[in-house]
Amino acid sequence: MGRYVLRRLLQLIPVFLGTTFLIYWLVWSLPGDPFAGKCGERPCPDAYISLMREKFHLDEPVIVQYLRYLGNLFQGDFGETFRGSSVGDLIAIAYPNTIRLALVALVIEAIIGLAAGIMTGLRGRGFLDNVVLISTLFLISLPVFVTGFVLQIVLGFELGWIKTTVSKSPAPWDELIAPGFVLGSLSMAYVARLTRTSIAENKRADFVRTAVAKGQPQSRVVGVHLLRNSAIPVLTFLGTDLGALMGGAIVTEGIFDIKGIGNLVYDGIIGKDGLVVTGVVTLLVVVYLMSNLLVDLLYAVLDPRIRYD
Amino acid sequence: MTDPSTAASGSSVEADQFVTGAENAKPTTTKPRSLASDAWRDLRRRPLFIVSAALILLVLLMAAFPFLFTQADPNYAELSRSRGTPSAQAWFGYDNQGYDIYARTIYGARASIIVGLVATALTVLIGGTLGLLAGYYGGWLDGLMSRIADIFFGLPFVLGAIVILSSFGSTGTTSQTQILFLVILSISLLSWPTAMRIMRSAAITARQQDYVKAARALGASGPRIILRHMLPNAVAPVLVYATIALGAFIGAEATLSFLGLGLRAPVVSWGVMIADSRDIIRVAPHTLLFPAAFLTATVLAFVMLGDAVREALDPKMR
Amino acid sequence: MSIQDEALPVGTAPGTPLLRVRDLHVEFRTRESVARVLNGVSYDVEAGETLAVLGESGSGKSVTAQTVMGILDTPPGHITGGSIEFKGEELLTATDKRRREVRGSGIAMIFQDALSALNPVFTVGFQIEEQLRVRRAMSRKDARKRAIELLEQVKIPNAAGRVKQYPHEFSGGMRQRAMIAMSLALDPELLIADEPTTALDVTVQAQIMDLLKELQLQRQMGLVLITHDLGVVAEVADRIAVMYAGRIVEHSDARSLYRRPSHPYTEALLESVPRLDLKGTELRSIKGLPPNLADIPSGCPFHPRCKRVRDVCRTDVPPQHEPEPGRLSACHFAEELVAGD
Repeated sequence: MGRYVLRRLLQLIPVFLGTTFLIYWLVWSLPGDPFAGKCGERPCPDAYISLMREKFHLDEPVIVQYLRYLGNLFQGDFGETFRGSSVGDLIAIAYPNTIRLALVALVIEAIIGLAAGIMTGLRGRGFLDNVVLISTLFLISLPVFVTGFVLQIVLGFELGWIKTTVSKSPAPWDELIAPGFVLGSLSMAYVARLTRTSIAENKRADFVRTAVAKGQPQSRVVGVHLLRNSAIPVLTFLGTDLGALMGGAIVTEGIFDIKGIGNLVYDGIIGKDGLVVTGVVTLLVVVYLMSNLLVDLLYAVLDPRIRYD
Repeated sequence: MTDPSTAASGSSVEADQFVTGAENAKPTTTKPRSLASDAWRDLRRRPLFIVSAALILLVLLMAAFPFLFTQADPNYAELSRSRGTPSAQAWFGYDNQGYDIYARTIYGARASIIVGLVATALTVLIGGTLGLLAGYYGGWLDGLMSRIADIFFGLPFVLGAIVILSSFGSTGTTSQTQILFLVILSISLLSWPTAMRIMRSAAITARQQDYVKAARALGASGPRIILRHMLPNAVAPVLVYATIALGAFIGAEATLSFLGLGLRAPVVSWGVMIADSRDIIRVAPHTLLFPAAFLTATVLAFVMLGDAVREALDPKMR
Repeated sequence: MSIQDEALPVGTAPGTPLLRVRDLHVEFRTRESVARVLNGVSYDVEAGETLAVLGESGSGKSVTAQTVMGILDTPPGHITGGSIEFKGEELLTATDKRRREVRGSGIAMIFQDALSALNPVFTVGFQIEEQLRVRRAMSRKDARKRAIELLEQVKIPNAAGRVKQYPHEFSGGMRQRAMIAMSLALDPELLIADEPTTALDVTVQAQIMDLLKELQLQRQMGLVLITHDLGVVAEVADRIAVMYAGRIVEHSDARSLYRRPSHPYTEALLESVPRLDLKGTELRSIKGLPPNLADIPSGCPFHPRCKRVRDVCRTDVPPQHEPEPGRLSACHFAEELVAGD
């Protein structure tokens, strides 16, 4: 197991380097004036530009810039924005909000998705099954911003049940419920369908029949034998989804004005603050890669047939 | 859609109640039929397929001949009728600038469909080709291409698209076709790894089959094996992926437009309309409702079609 | 049900048998068709006795066993008639709770493919101990001790270590032994073995059959052995019931059946087994396909494949009758067969 983890970690290195370099190159080396609009209406004074170019090493080849950036990154230094505030600090403030949002989304999608999936999976075809199938189809088809707007208008403006914006930081948990639902809605549909399929497949499995033939009580047949086996693909999906939710939070954060990394990156793009963008994306890539690795390990724990060595 | 690349992976398959045990009898008529014609016969009877196909046909018709549906000019605005509610003249009302929403919704189909179709074609072409090559040759080529796919896969979809769009978009000239092209490019660039993985595993499965081994042993050429044996094997999963991805890409285009980074005026698209409605949804919710409904219905139609095709193509399900 | 109903299986001792199956009818209903899978199956099993149920796949031998166990998938299965008595108690009308009590402790079952029949995510020990802890309220420690004893009884070496392993870490034969150990956990009086050796190597097959025979003698269990392999049956069976198209077409003590079958189907089965003493002669296979149960042939269901077919076979369903004392046959010409043509 140890050797497997080590090998996987080594495999992550080229992927990490590739992704971060790709982003760095996209953000920094494309044509276009990085100082356009930085100084109000007028073009920036030459003195300012040359100062900034030196400060950010913009005259060096992009690969050198990238390596310098990487070096700083490993010392925990995300660099500075054009305005001189530390990118690391900005991320440190914004990150907890996104993590909270993603966690709330994960919990909501897990509870509702699992419940719907288990119920329909166990019961099989029927009215409830059709209701869940159709609503998952809708959830998959609804763009996140539509779901967000509709909930914001209906629950927030019309009914007054929720706050329409969460501008506080750190964001209070209870105000994140509606945004979390919006963010998790697509995955919720997947969880429901995955659970349903998994249970429906295992329901007819030989080992479930064996458990019945052993005379085990129905509650144990379902609760121990059927669910334990059906949970494996669902749990692994939920595991990888945390990283995906954080990366996808940008729209939800925009609608509900949550001061998370999505908002940060958006401001960074609008303000052409390249280091903010690269910093956040680098962090998200790390989260994504690590969560994938953790899920693979989790898989080995859940399913004894999987052996890594 | 948060991430269209997951679109094909999580959706379910129908576990049929109709399970005949090993002890049970086979149906009477066992005239051999090909999988494709079998699937087609099965498809035509599915309500899910009929509904989604009808919807898609309608949207395609709207995209190709918008003037069949409306006489109004989608680019004629009159500020005096700004935010007008639905009426007999304008079924869907007017937006902030006084554009006819019905006309714009009809004309908006074209941009969405073009983005969806071209992005899907490009994604399948890039991912499919690389997947076939990786699956056929294996070894270091497979390793290299899989790592490159990992790199693109690691980028969060929306964020990645934003970065690509804003980087290339800031180059100055922003003609309509250029933006359209950029949106398509960024969607395909971030989605091809999924298509590649599907194609690659299908190719690997095919390569291990005895008849392919036999063909190789008999000295059949690489391209011939790929075209004759591997490609047909991969058609079904790629077709299902492409259908669902098409819907997802239309949603992605709207998301990017909504963020102000995708298509923008003067292009008419559902995403642009939704973005325009953003600041006035409280006072004029109909400006959001209609384009959003058309967008959702179109995405839904493609997702349903993908589901139906998947079920029809999977012989285990019947 | 006329004659079939009255004709009692052979070898029935006076008093109540361990298991009494009478005139069992089961259908599989699907949207397109109704398959009549069991069409009046009757047999008895006594304590300490082995009944082999023989037939091709689709003959209904496994469905009968599943119906007895109460693990038939419904739908598509429907029990449309008959009775199953275990030690005089009717099971088909019993409550779910009562049926569950009987499963495992009264009647236990082992399956063909132990790899898929054992739960892959739990250790073998857990799956044996589960029976003892849930059904017998044993403590964790006692259950573990008993599980090791059971594994030793089925001759698994290093049982104390094996108990902590997962099914996939066992070899095929060892897995089937573990499955047997699990089925014996609650000391059942009747064991149903559904093709227990089909998935195994020939050498391992013999070992498993020996083990089953030995355990049966030790425990004086009734054993229902379901198989399609006449070779497996020869040594262990006391009586043999041959099934075809959901019916028992021949029911006889093992010795008489081998000496002279009373149904052409049994005859054909015997001819399709390779025999050393007939080395060099042609090995015959049964021509044609098993019948479609949604559309069973008129008259005798076997007539399209029967080499002794006559006109009456196409029109009249042959009644089950005794061509000689102690055996039952469902062939119009059973007497001729028994007499040796």
